[in-house]
Amino acid sequence: MNPVVEKIGKEQCTKEIPAFNIGDTVNVHVKIREGSKERIQLYNGTVIAREGAGVAETFTVRRVAFGEGIERVFPVQSPNVAQIEVVRSGKTRRAKLYYLRDLAGKKARIKERRV
Amino acid sequence: MKSLIGKKLGMTQIFDEEGRRVPVTVIEAGPCSVVQRKTTGTDGYEAVQLGFGAQKPERVAKPLAGHFKKAGVGTLRELREVRVDADDAAKAGDTLTAAVFEGVNFIDVLGVTKGKGFQGVMKRHNFSGGRETHGSHFHRTTGSIGMKEKPGRVFKGKRMAGQMGSTGITVQNVKVIQVRAAENLILVKGAVPGANGTTLVLREALKRK
Repeated sequence: MNPVVEKIGKEQCTKEIPAFNIGDTVNVHVKIREGSKERIQLYNGTVIAREGAGVAETFTVRRVAFGEGIERVFPVQSPNVAQIEVVRSGKTRRAKLYYLRDLAGKKARIKERRV
Repeated sequence: MKSLIGKKLGMTQIFDEEGRRVPVTVIEAGPCSVVQRKTTGTDGYEAVQLGFGAQKPERVAKPLAGHFKKAGVGTLRELREVRVDADDAAKAGDTLTAAVFEGVNFIDVLGVTKGKGFQGVMKRHNFSGGRETHGSHFHRTTGSIGMKEKPGRVFKGKRMAGQMGSTGITVQNVKVIQVRAAENLILVKGAVPGANGTTLVLREALKRK
């Protein structure tokens, strides 16, 4: 990549990103604007993918809400992601956990990684 | 006069004030020198010839070197012409920087698209082609190109296979996201024609302010 373009991308990376891995259960603190008011909403789920690099890096969080699987993709550097909080570390052997989409219930569990 | 020659550096993304991602193209815009001011009296039309990018003097042909010397500018790599109004104040020897686009919301970007070579009708004109299986021998080819004895010829402009890309185009009403005059950079929303490193002409949008 052109060094000037890379520099502009780096300027956008102002946040301190905590270490989190594929398979971790996280609470994503999402800033929501309602008119002039701003509040934080928690989105809880499993990180099933991390893609891209630098300012373009995103991560996908999957949760099953009311029996329906939901996946949200967040840009890691987005100002609307206030905080990423790791609730539980998961032990995985894949970089992308797309297989979870086809599993439900007890099969869709991920082993905990103990350090 | 709000026009510049620029170089496409590449694409990245930035976050706007509401935290939304905006895809941007980074363009190195200027500094440009005015090499020649063409007027109705001498040339029959009103235009400004701009030059961009330093070139080693020994790489410039003598007639062109004389052209630069007359304008009082150094030897330059790229020359482009832009039409201006008759009352435009630009004169040979002036220097233009990215600052001319400060306060401008939309620009037009002129450039040469990426060349795709000789392509068939499916890629070039989005024809649907035939089926691949069930005994079909009609896959990606063009079909009928006209009628019979009447009119007895193929109409002009019939879409057929041929060279695709590598043509000059103008992308109108490209939104300006940032102007960094100190670094000679302009960030515009979305894509612009050509590969990274392509020379572009930027001008204030004609149709949208």
